[in-house]
Amino acid sequence: MFWNALAQVGLFSVVLLPVTVVLGRYLARVFSGERTALDPVLRPVERLIYQVSGIDPRSEMTWAEYAVAMLLFQLVGMVFLYLLERVQAFLPLNPQRMAAVPADLAFNTAASFVTNTDWQAYAGETTMSYLTQMAGLTYQNFVSAATGIGVAMAIIRGFVRRSAKTVGNFWYDLVRATLWVELPLSLVLALVLLWQGVPQNLDPYVHATTLEGAHQSIAEGPVASQEAIKYVGTNGGGFFNANSAHPYENPTPLTNLLELLAFVAVSAGLTYTFGLMAGDTRQGWTLFGAMAFIFLVGAAGAIAAEQHGNPLLARLGIDQRASALQCGGNMEGKEVRFGIVQSALFAALTTDVACGGVNAAHDSLMPLGGLVALLNMQLGEVVFGGAGAGIVGMLVMAVLSVFVAGLMVGRTPEYLGKKIESREMKLAMLYVLVFPAVVLLLAAVAGSTASGLASLSNPGPHGFSQFLYAFTSGAANNGSAFGGLNANTPFYNLLIGLDMLVGRYLMIIPALALGGSLGAKRALAPSAGTFPTTGLLFAALLVGVILIVAGLTFFPALSLGPIVEHLALMAGKTFK
Amino acid sequence: MVRACLDALRKLDPRALIRNPVIFVVEVTSLLSSAVLVHDFSRGYRGLIPFEFQVVVWLWFTVIFANFAEAMAEGRGKAQADTLRRTRTETQAKKLAEDGQLQKVPATSLRRGDTVLCEAGDIIPGDGEIVEGVAAVNEAAITGESAPVIREAGGDRSAVTGGTLVISDSIKVQISANPGETFLDRMIALVEGAQRRKTPNEIALTILLVGLTIVFLLAVATLPSFARYAGAGTTVPMLVALFVCLIPTTIGGLLSAIGIAGMDRLVQHNVLAMSGRAVEAAGDVDTLLLDKTGTITLGNRMASEFIPVGGVALELLAETAHLASLADETPEGRSVVTLAKRQFGLRAPQTGQEQPKFVAFSAHTRMSGVDLGSRNIRKGAAEQVIEFARQLGGAVPPELAPITDAIAREGGTPLVVADGPRIVGVIHLKDVVKEGIRERFARLRAMGLRTVMITGDNPLTAQAIARESGVDDFVAEATPETKLKLIRQEQAKGRMVAMIGDGTNDAPALAQADVGIAMNAGTQAAREAGNMVDLDSNPTKVMEVVEIGKQLLMTRGALTTFSIANDIAKYFAIIPAMFMAAYPELSALNVMGLATPESAILSAVIFNALIIVLLIPLSLRGVEYRPVGAARILARNLLVYGLGGIVVPFIGIKLIDLVVAGLGWA
Repeated sequence: MFWNALAQVGLFSVVLLPVTVVLGRYLARVFSGERTALDPVLRPVERLIYQVSGIDPRSEMTWAEYAVAMLLFQLVGMVFLYLLERVQAFLPLNPQRMAAVPADLAFNTAASFVTNTDWQAYAGETTMSYLTQMAGLTYQNFVSAATGIGVAMAIIRGFVRRSAKTVGNFWYDLVRATLWVELPLSLVLALVLLWQGVPQNLDPYVHATTLEGAHQSIAEGPVASQEAIKYVGTNGGGFFNANSAHPYENPTPLTNLLELLAFVAVSAGLTYTFGLMAGDTRQGWTLFGAMAFIFLVGAAGAIAAEQHGNPLLARLGIDQRASALQCGGNMEGKEVRFGIVQSALFAALTTDVACGGVNAAHDSLMPLGGLVALLNMQLGEVVFGGAGAGIVGMLVMAVLSVFVAGLMVGRTPEYLGKKIESREMKLAMLYVLVFPAVVLLLAAVAGSTASGLASLSNPGPHGFSQFLYAFTSGAANNGSAFGGLNANTPFYNLLIGLDMLVGRYLMIIPALALGGSLGAKRALAPSAGTFPTTGLLFAALLVGVILIVAGLTFFPALSLGPIVEHLALMAGKTFK
Repeated sequence: MVRACLDALRKLDPRALIRNPVIFVVEVTSLLSSAVLVHDFSRGYRGLIPFEFQVVVWLWFTVIFANFAEAMAEGRGKAQADTLRRTRTETQAKKLAEDGQLQKVPATSLRRGDTVLCEAGDIIPGDGEIVEGVAAVNEAAITGESAPVIREAGGDRSAVTGGTLVISDSIKVQISANPGETFLDRMIALVEGAQRRKTPNEIALTILLVGLTIVFLLAVATLPSFARYAGAGTTVPMLVALFVCLIPTTIGGLLSAIGIAGMDRLVQHNVLAMSGRAVEAAGDVDTLLLDKTGTITLGNRMASEFIPVGGVALELLAETAHLASLADETPEGRSVVTLAKRQFGLRAPQTGQEQPKFVAFSAHTRMSGVDLGSRNIRKGAAEQVIEFARQLGGAVPPELAPITDAIAREGGTPLVVADGPRIVGVIHLKDVVKEGIRERFARLRAMGLRTVMITGDNPLTAQAIARESGVDDFVAEATPETKLKLIRQEQAKGRMVAMIGDGTNDAPALAQADVGIAMNAGTQAAREAGNMVDLDSNPTKVMEVVEIGKQLLMTRGALTTFSIANDIAKYFAIIPAMFMAAYPELSALNVMGLATPESAILSAVIFNALIIVLLIPLSLRGVEYRPVGAARILARNLLVYGLGGIVVPFIGIKLIDLVVAGLGWA
């Protein structure tokens, strides 16, 4: 079983390395305006967009101008999506005659999709018209991720530029991320998915009579296209409620592997892009290494926890051992075609990457498996992280690590030759504070109000994990659900909506300001006394700081959730 | 010690404490828990009182210990400051009025621009520039060095410092600083740490600490809601105990002590930093500009060899050179006399009947010598002396050029000697590189510093000295402006530059450098321009300055890391203790096997308070610095303070728990 798991995780990891390099190089070319193979097709489209919208892509923006452009664009997108949901009943492409989405759910969904979270308090196949799915949700799947990538590029520019006032042009980054990165990647992925059996049509649902004579309505629609961008853009919002556990979203182990790769590709690639732009690819590899290490440890933990199975079932004499006929372990809430390893790997990576697509029910993970998923998000979206958001989070953590440990070499801290001074610390701490603040405060509200507790489907620590997970997922812009929580209530729709908006924009803005502030600095030349920010030692330090910051923040909460649940389970205790 | 204890209590005043946000927060929460304690006592919750009382006491101790650390650090400078202050207040000045009349006024009434007369036995009443006269001054009050120094009007030794004593002669001094702004005042403020402003890095670090405090405030403040859901109760002292244990009180409590101790260490090395910022910058310096003369080489060139040409006897050359140098009061000239004396026992000038006529050295002629009747003896730069001999109809011996070239190549200076038209030989003047300078440069290199020598010599000479002394780089044929230009160039390349200077023409470069160390013996302009003053006027001291800067930053980083790493153990002590009642399974997290929930919490709080006291010596002494390169220092410190910071509290809390449980406190 060990070798089987190692082979599956190993295969994925080995494929990820060349993807990181190739995509990283490509991204660097795209955003510096260098020639790429796609230029003959895309350049005219790009020019047309600029002409129609009256944009001068060469006029550079300061970080503040960049932030304002980004926020305005997102605000308009959110209002548009909200209105679309509210009036979908009167619009075409609605063969199932879906009614207007209620106001609180429409707000939650709009906030969810513009923030690249894709938290779904609704079931897609019974709530959204095809038009809403395509023009509203899929559109946001593209641009919310493109916004994230653009912001990351702006911040990277800030880190690597010297004595510069500007960080790039938001519209240029947005258009380029959409046309050059997301469109081609999702087009290819959609075609592969189609080949593997994912539907792509605008037909009404198929009505079938089962062998038992029951009537069944089989949902379908433009699935492949949305599925592709769902992963390329680390969105994770499923066409169907069951998300990638649904055979029409993720039919085979091959599509599972491709989906895993698709949602980590851009985030991993950006580490290499960062290294290239910083003029030293080791800088990028060091960040990549820290990410990969945390991911692999988490994945190994989740796989081990799931494969170990449930001691309560073992006591009933149920065979949970791996054998030729079964993969064994805790198979509750998992698809047989994926088994333990692909499910646990998916759960770990989707929470690392802030993707949120799931191929198993996280509610049914073992407590330690759930702990991995929860903690991965609580690390603050830094392990690969959402499209763009991951590298940004990691850079902030690097600044923090350099500050704490950098002093220990006897120099005032610097990163890439830029001095980290009080302004940078203020911004970095602001970024770091927003996430625990919003998660813990909202969870505390939910934990002490009747409307918060009414949605829980389990008592005891598991119930606690349910709402802690929901707010963590929202603020981390992950969007995966633990399940078991009835999230479609005005209380949760409003609170999680707020959670996602705060977790996105109140973190992006200080990060952009940090980029702008570093960009304005002159860079110091490295010497033998300079704190090394490449190599194993720094990667280890980075991992340590990430784990300690998140661990210290969330340990009390986690100890009342998955940790005590695990300990109780081992002691054979259940909560009723 | 007693004074430090009293100061620690005095510093409890929240208005003063708010400068230290972390400890201020501890004080506020201690007040809160004290109020709860009084409330519980008045309600008669007898069972809770012993535990809560002990927690509250240790919380207050945390604040007092932090104050004590600062008071200890300040105490070291206070005694010194008192002595300094006495010299300042008792001085009387002899002020020269516009009409030339002398008035006796208190030193404190002098203003910038006033002129005072200082005679032998007077204490100079304020900082200033000598405008007239020369005097021997005892600067022991400032430098601790009782050997008098010469101060004179004009040139690079014209600055005097208030509080120093005139031993001989009299001088007129124009006061250049108002009372309260003088060197002495600054020094008093500095050693006392009274007007200590936070340095940029301290401010940034404080932001980090405040941020962490807020994170833990969130983690602890949301806990009652989560605990209620779990069916567990929480009390205010329990939550406060957890909160205070988690927030970085160790570094918060020691931060200002570290800063004061760093400045104090500089003062002990007789270096005054004008700001804490300068000390931090010293740690960052990676390029060091050094004047050749006085820093790398002994002040002056020395005659080391006579080389005759044209068949002249060696002794004749020595004698001629000796004659040429008799009136030459420059160190080089004197060294020629010394060499002649040593080699041939030449002593009294054999001038005969003729009255000698001495020709002084001038920058224009670049020669000096003596006219003895018909003999015109000259020594000087090769070109000029050859020209002189030619004009008198002399010929140039063919072996002369190879000899002078060879000397120049080795880094020496050839002085050609001529007796009228006849060129008799060459004096080899040599720069003497200071002993041990090579090792010092090697150590600087290991620290990551590049040394650049600046000299007015020609490139050949400069290169030879650079090779001999092991300096990394050199700039030859430098003028005073070269320094400023060079500093700007280096800074544009992203380097942090330190330089040492004394002269007025060094002032712009001292001001431009990231760390400018002015020699106390230098001019007032140089002292104003630099951000540090070396009271011993010892140019090699820059190494100690850099090391102290690095030590200061390392100590800060090490204790921050240690403080944060401590939290892991504290969680394992307190979290199971808090929730054991609701979830007995959590006792699995009690890895230290602490006796009871109460003793677990109490032990964590006691550890948290005691560790501040235990680390006071380290924060005053500073973390040891070894020049082994950043990567190795980092690895070592991460191991000691990071890993150590994780492990130590597990042991410490367990030991305290054994005591607490053994004594039956909880």
